[in-house]
Amino acid sequence: MSRTAGANTAVVVPAMLLVLWSVCSAKGWLPDQLLPAPSAVWQQLLENARSGDLWSNTLISLQRVGEGFALGAVAGLILGACVGLSRTLREMFDPLFLFVAQVPTLGWIPLLILAVGIDESMKVIVIAWASFVPVVLNVAQGMRDVPAGLRELGQVLTFDPWFTLTRIVLPAAVPQIFTGLREGLANAWQTMVAAELFASSEGLGYLISLGRQLFQLDLVLAMVLVLGAVGLAVNGGMALIERRLLRWQGSVRGQAA
Amino acid sequence: MSDVSLYGPTREELRPLLSPRVRPIVLGALLPFALLLGWQALVTKHWLPDYILPSPRDLVLRFQLEVNGGRFWLDVGTSLSRVLCGFAIGSAIGLVFGLLLGLSRLAELLFGPLFLAYRQVALFAWVPLLSMWFGGGESGKLAFISLSAFAPVVVNTWRANRAIPEKLRELADVLTFGRLDYLRFIALPGALPGIATGLRTALIYAWIATVGAELFFDIAPGLGGRLNEGRDKFEVDLMLVALLLLAVLGLVCSRGAAFAEARLLRWRGR
Repeated sequence: MSRTAGANTAVVVPAMLLVLWSVCSAKGWLPDQLLPAPSAVWQQLLENARSGDLWSNTLISLQRVGEGFALGAVAGLILGACVGLSRTLREMFDPLFLFVAQVPTLGWIPLLILAVGIDESMKVIVIAWASFVPVVLNVAQGMRDVPAGLRELGQVLTFDPWFTLTRIVLPAAVPQIFTGLREGLANAWQTMVAAELFASSEGLGYLISLGRQLFQLDLVLAMVLVLGAVGLAVNGGMALIERRLLRWQGSVRGQAA
Repeated sequence: MSDVSLYGPTREELRPLLSPRVRPIVLGALLPFALLLGWQALVTKHWLPDYILPSPRDLVLRFQLEVNGGRFWLDVGTSLSRVLCGFAIGSAIGLVFGLLLGLSRLAELLFGPLFLAYRQVALFAWVPLLSMWFGGGESGKLAFISLSAFAPVVVNTWRANRAIPEKLRELADVLTFGRLDYLRFIALPGALPGIATGLRTALIYAWIATVGAELFFDIAPGLGGRLNEGRDKFEVDLMLVALLLLAVLGLVCSRGAAFAEARLLRWRGR
């Protein structure tokens, strides 16, 4: 089947759902409190875009994700590298870290609220922790899993530790490091929504919980759409950066194999 | 592992201070022990008031109180049954949907893009919708947990089916397998590793979603509910006990799932 035919088929089901949805609400089969009309959702989206609420709240959410992720990723890279490079440190950290990491991130929110309040810092800390965990795990794993052949090559060439780290270990670990960063960003995004639902007065999650409190499902659905779109953009951006940075790998790996 | 090194003795061989069996245990206990010591010091020196940081002993007492009072088992049992129910519902639907996407080209074209679009939305964004559709009680919680378990199973089942080697498909053609035979002898066994990965991930997601559901939906028995209760009453000891239990149960969930996965795939090793 050709590409365009595939794209056409992809539209069929969403289009049918949309028609069904419109008919449902036009005939009044479902009350607006349960499922508002698609036009109402669209209207809500336009209104929020026009008044600027949409942009300001999206920006705040993105800023929280950015700050939390930056914090968590940097800390995760450092700890992950330490744990990945030193067996002693790994044996010291692993049990405690793996145990603490079992607590779902959201579980920390109530305690954190008591400790630092419900302000910005609570959200940033939770988001940072959410991105920290996968970064540590993957960075450590990646640095440990450097092929023995490459390490031996370094020894044969009498590389000093620094040279070994920068020329052998880091490049070999880059794919796994990226896996960690990607997972960390995804976690940060998920956690941002949860933290904003829990307690906030701005942000996309706040708009969703506002819609819930006012029984305005059209606002809720509109913001769900926005969350999906922004999430897609963020993931796509990350994938793009990853592909650019890993472009050299194809050739190197190919030759090594 | 080779013990012979071309480059002289390694550091570990030079200093056999601890035997390799004891070493990880000693080192692993070091940090928690130091933490406990520091915590106790904080409390005994009264650097932090009791209501902000209860002593380790308070925690043990609180734990005993919860166990003896009988609420503990109710909370743990409720949380666990929620995870398992939601996981069962979500992964069963996910398995069917994933197989459909993996087996039928048409279904993939029709539903694949829609599913991928759905996955872009953060899971917790569905909380308000679900609580309106299913209510804030038990059915709303279960709907949310099921939804969280659904996606990983679909993705992994779908991908695993797509990755079944062409040779096996041809074999099925040669043997003139019907659809059911293909499903039973080729698709399911071939995709089993992927499906197992999906189920394991789904169980972890379901666990996260359970805690989320207990925090976000109506208050009811369950560990997440106790966390909220601790916050409302400012009982840090209760919150810390609940968090410790969350960690233990999370460990049980992930270890149990990994164990089940290994058992399920054991025949492949032969």
